[in-house]
Amino acid sequence: MSQPNRIQGNNASAQSRVDVSKPITFSFNNKPYTGYAGDTIASALLANDVDVVGRSFKYGRPRGIVAAGAEEPNAILQLGKTEATQVPNIRATQQLIYEGLECHSTNGWPSTERDVMGVVGKLFGRFMPPGFYYKTFMAPSKLWMTYEKMIRKGAGLGRSPKAVDPDTYETINQHADVLVVGGGPAGITAALNAARTGARVILADEQNEFGGNLLSQTDLLDGAPAQDWIDNSIDELATADNVTLLINATVNGYHDHNFLTIHERCTDQSFDLAPEGEIRQRMHRVRAKQVILATGAHERPLVFGNNDIPGCMLASAVSTYINRYNVVPGKKLLLMTSNDNAYNTAFDWHNSGRLVRAIIDTRPAAGKTVVKKATDAGIEIIYSSAIVQAQGNTCISNAMVAPLDETGEKLSGSVKQYDCDTIATSSGWNPAVHLSCHTGGRPTWREDIQGFVPDNFNKNMIATGAGNGLYPLTEILQDAASAGAFAANACGFNATKTSYAKAAVEDVAPSMPIFHIPHFKPTSRAPKQFVDFQLDVTAAGIELAVQEGFESIEHVKRYTALGFGTDQGKLSNINGMAIAAKKLGKTIPETGTTVFRPNYTPVTFGAISGRNVNEFFDIERYSALHTWHVENGAEFEDVGQWKRPWYFPKGEESMHEAVNRECLATRNGVGIIDASTLGKIDIQGPDAREFLNRVYTNAWSKLPVGRCRYGLMCGEDGMVFDDGVTSCISDNHFIMTTTSGGAAHVFNWLEIWHQTEWPELEVYFNSVTDQWATLSISGPKARLLLGELTDIDLNPDTFKFMDLREGVVAGVPARVFRISFTGEQSYEINVQANYALAVWEKLFEHGAKYDITPYGTETMHVLRAEKGFIIVGQDTDGSMTPYDLDMGWAVSPAKEFSFLGKRSLAREDTVKENRKQLVGLKTTDAKTVAPEGSQIVLDPNQKIPMTMVGHVTSSYYSAVLERSIAMAVIKGGLDKMGDKVYMPQADGTTIEAEICSPVFYDPKGERQNVK
Amino acid sequence: MQHYSGFGLLKHAMSHHENWQRVWRNPTPKKSYDVVIVGGGGHGLATAYYLAKEFGITNVAVIEKGYLGGGNTARNTTIVRSNYLWDESAFLYEHAMKLWEGLSQDLNYNVMFSQRGVLNLGHTLQDMRDISRRVNANRLNGIDGEMLDAQQVKEIVPDMDCSANRRYPVMGASWQPRGGVARHDAVAWGFARGADALGVDLIQQCAVEGFEIEDGTVTGVKTTQYGTIKAGKVGCVVAGNSGVLADMAGLRLPLESHPLQALVSEPIKPILDTVVMSNHVHGYVSQSDKGDLVIGAGIDGYNGYGQRGSYPTIEHTVSAILELFPIFSRVRMNRQWGGIVDTTPDACPLISKTEIENLYFNCGWGTGGFKATPGSGHVFAASLAKGEMHELAKPFSIDRFNTGALIDEHGAAGVAH
Repeated sequence: MSQPNRIQGNNASAQSRVDVSKPITFSFNNKPYTGYAGDTIASALLANDVDVVGRSFKYGRPRGIVAAGAEEPNAILQLGKTEATQVPNIRATQQLIYEGLECHSTNGWPSTERDVMGVVGKLFGRFMPPGFYYKTFMAPSKLWMTYEKMIRKGAGLGRSPKAVDPDTYETINQHADVLVVGGGPAGITAALNAARTGARVILADEQNEFGGNLLSQTDLLDGAPAQDWIDNSIDELATADNVTLLINATVNGYHDHNFLTIHERCTDQSFDLAPEGEIRQRMHRVRAKQVILATGAHERPLVFGNNDIPGCMLASAVSTYINRYNVVPGKKLLLMTSNDNAYNTAFDWHNSGRLVRAIIDTRPAAGKTVVKKATDAGIEIIYSSAIVQAQGNTCISNAMVAPLDETGEKLSGSVKQYDCDTIATSSGWNPAVHLSCHTGGRPTWREDIQGFVPDNFNKNMIATGAGNGLYPLTEILQDAASAGAFAANACGFNATKTSYAKAAVEDVAPSMPIFHIPHFKPTSRAPKQFVDFQLDVTAAGIELAVQEGFESIEHVKRYTALGFGTDQGKLSNINGMAIAAKKLGKTIPETGTTVFRPNYTPVTFGAISGRNVNEFFDIERYSALHTWHVENGAEFEDVGQWKRPWYFPKGEESMHEAVNRECLATRNGVGIIDASTLGKIDIQGPDAREFLNRVYTNAWSKLPVGRCRYGLMCGEDGMVFDDGVTSCISDNHFIMTTTSGGAAHVFNWLEIWHQTEWPELEVYFNSVTDQWATLSISGPKARLLLGELTDIDLNPDTFKFMDLREGVVAGVPARVFRISFTGEQSYEINVQANYALAVWEKLFEHGAKYDITPYGTETMHVLRAEKGFIIVGQDTDGSMTPYDLDMGWAVSPAKEFSFLGKRSLAREDTVKENRKQLVGLKTTDAKTVAPEGSQIVLDPNQKIPMTMVGHVTSSYYSAVLERSIAMAVIKGGLDKMGDKVYMPQADGTTIEAEICSPVFYDPKGERQNVK
Repeated sequence: MQHYSGFGLLKHAMSHHENWQRVWRNPTPKKSYDVVIVGGGGHGLATAYYLAKEFGITNVAVIEKGYLGGGNTARNTTIVRSNYLWDESAFLYEHAMKLWEGLSQDLNYNVMFSQRGVLNLGHTLQDMRDISRRVNANRLNGIDGEMLDAQQVKEIVPDMDCSANRRYPVMGASWQPRGGVARHDAVAWGFARGADALGVDLIQQCAVEGFEIEDGTVTGVKTTQYGTIKAGKVGCVVAGNSGVLADMAGLRLPLESHPLQALVSEPIKPILDTVVMSNHVHGYVSQSDKGDLVIGAGIDGYNGYGQRGSYPTIEHTVSAILELFPIFSRVRMNRQWGGIVDTTPDACPLISKTEIENLYFNCGWGTGGFKATPGSGHVFAASLAKGEMHELAKPFSIDRFNTGALIDEHGAAGVAH
């Protein structure tokens, strides 16, 4: 349980952020370890001298921790104590440890230390150059699916949980004047300067505390430890009402119009499962007037032979582990750098009391400040040299160092071996330009810093600090202060002066542009020189891609998979581009820029969806009578967002039995259906009538007050897309009904046409679907029943079919429509939704003696099919005109103004012979109900492909007719009455039927007028 | 062309892979070609390949403004299926499916066409009616398809929640076993390599900025890099930019360009062995051989040419996937991207001559073009070669928007692609 690499005593870092008074026990690969509060999994594992954290994807090579932040490619772990709380692919450098945390490597069998794939990789790695799978596994062709299974066995990193996540997530909308991305020295300074003007500021940082790189370095600010400045600054910001501080909060996506998402990890840094009442993660959806990108930079490793052996690390990461976590990840360090900055790593290492073997500088000279420090510490500097190859298996045993010529492209002398267990490298820094690219920005190459910086295409975005290629701390602070003030001013605030802390100015020598260390063998024959660790992309692979003609950097990336890992190439992209550029004989900017897309770091699906999952995936809509339906045992059907009663089984009844009973009860007595879900649109205005003329196919000019009319709506293509009854309340007031599922679409349709094409018409639309409940009673006893409850005169000679009356029903005001979807005498009673249940219960109280029977959508479908009434969406499919439906009576071509779809109704194809038309079908065997969706042929013996002439749209058993009935669309069907057709089924049987009228029941419509 | 094989791989390994040849040349264009294909995506490259291979027309150039296969070919979710409702679509996509089935061998390039099956889920009674209708039509057209109930779906995708507790429970599905996915980049590269070997010039980083039109006949294209290149015939295969290109010829096409987004999770161990698509909850998902969950949904509602979309579409897509697979809640989204799709009013492509003689367009594939790649290229090549539209292409003429002979895949089988 000891932590051999935790620095003890006088050598301990004064600025360490771990709390040694709070030991924490966790497990990795089933072994217990101890760390301290404030440790990440990575720092705790390094403290415990764990070298191997995983195995590489393709070659199964042992891999260790390379970095200390979002750019870590190797330490990708499976986290979680229970099945339901498993998290795949957690980056060990970004997850704090907590008591009882359990994590595992994602690859390696039987264990991460001894992995069989490692042997396979060693033996067969040479047969797996980039794209090898495109060149083989082609014969015999039948075996590909078997090959693929084998390939898939090696796929993936972690695994998905197999149980449902018990945690909840949420999203929150935020608005800010200035959003500052990144809470390092630049971000804090910018936030301070913006916030002091009164601007609303959000400062977000991905780490568990503010400070950024200051936490990793030993700089002084205003002559005091940087932590003092961080604490004071954050105190000031935290107490300001206009500032929101977010830690553990990664700005992961930048969208158009300064819309950004921040993924906040609320409890998962401390718990496997969120505590009761708390959420796991929160997604902030932020609209910011100004965005300041203070995202910092990622250090670039140098590419050399076997640079993936555990112990090869970024120089800055080594410093972070020493200064921030009090962990020194080895005993003997060899540092290779092309710049002054990385010398600090050697000094940090030295100060921790361990041996710095040497500093290998690729340059002929270094800056005075660092050279003096090195000399004072007695550290040897070897100039114009490089580490060409590391040696070792699961940890480094030594390194081969050779002199470089001045171009850095060739070795100029013999190799010397240095024993060491840690190699830290730095080839400079890459500004974290990712977010600036999300909305289409293409970063600009700056030769002086050998890096890409954000372009300034977005005038409401400012990049500052290291994220903009600015590295001396004093300059970062000054620039960030200006950025903060500028952003606030752009939002209309008045920043009169800026203020910022002062840091020491150091003498710095220029860095050397070098990415790929030459080997004494050609790249293709040298030990593997890794560029993208996670996907095992090597320098040789990149050169091979170019050699094969993949010259666009996008081709190189796609062919080699460079940058496609979960780190999205934060370490590898520039190195890969540099190697490709060299092979192409081009410069890096000529080779192309990098394109980054959201997310900056991966985001859980749960956080993206927030609460919009499970029952809230899509809202459930209920009618005012829903509880009654539930209490009375209804089975429900999803119709649009509505839950509609499908049928009301009694006792052990099957659906079929229930529907037969409901149908017969309606035909013989009285049935009742809750039709409240029908879309209802209140249309008012002097031009309401004219508007109806234009959107419906039929004429509305002469519809008298108090009358109802059925109408069809067509799209511009002349195809029916909705239908319903519209009634005239007064001369400039109509109430339109639509299908339940189509209501929103129809409403939008009316608004679109009104707002974009006919704004001159004075007409207003209001959705009143929820305000009115619709109780439809139907059957020979309907009038008797309603008569007991209303003051409306129901005399059928005066209150006729398709009439509307207003009055009182069951004591409440009501509109009663005499319209029918069953063919029976029917009344649709519309009352204010709040009264619906009382009226409904009154109807049952009085209807008991008539055996009033509630029915659902299934019975409704049967009853209307018996009458040949269509259901739009079931009997139509967007390819049926009114004429195809034999509903030409509902088209009035003579209307003064055209109507939607009219032109298309006259097109060549629309008027051609032999279009599919709606007809009825009677199966030869009356008991056989043809499956809906059956395809219809004329010649059942034709070989496949068969000529299909139509299909069955609706098909039921009719209890009242004691036989099956169906509706179908058949080519030229209206002229084929009496013809036989065939429906070949999947089971090999064929159903025979005869074409007939779709009106199966009461063809003369007499039941409507039962006295 | 260097032949690829497992043996070749072994041989090259011995020489440290130093002797692999270029997959295609990088030629300077000639002054004149029999056929110029504008657009070096999958469809354009397939057209060029079949022109050379099937019709012996090798004096062909493909002109690409960016890099080969860099548009929608590189941005789709790689689903291949042919279970379309209408005869016209079904025959066209099935034609493609048959070409897919031998494509790796034909190209000597493994496009990793994985016939792992495609499920189109149904969640409502009407979904199930539509599925029944479509599967019956497929069967009678000779296209494989079965209708499954929820239990059978569960057996194929055990990790999907097929219970009744979802907001929109799975009621069943159509199942096309021959459907699947392919490696999209490899499709473009395989066709490119094959076409190049047969003599086709692939011209990258060269945009077409206009047409030479004389007396109503196209005679060449004007390019940014190489001036005017003469052409006997010009075939335009530029997806989301079709409207822009047509405008250069003074044509208006019945197209709208929309962003279409897709996303991938981080790579995870194999958990999904087939393709799951749901039109009703509106999302589709499969798992790549690398382990990423590859996820897509519908187009963004607005028009645009920026290759990115809006975040609410991503939110809805992810919610849809969690509705089907609530266990993915803790899996993480790695990356999202967008392509520009050219959609027609009836959701079917345009493969057509135009009012300008010898100028042809192949576009309007909307969200579903990848699956058609070889078939689209093949019928377009045949049409260009013979000067008369291929039988399977004829119903997809621009003229259908005059006559009204639409092939409306929205209403009847508007499955997400």
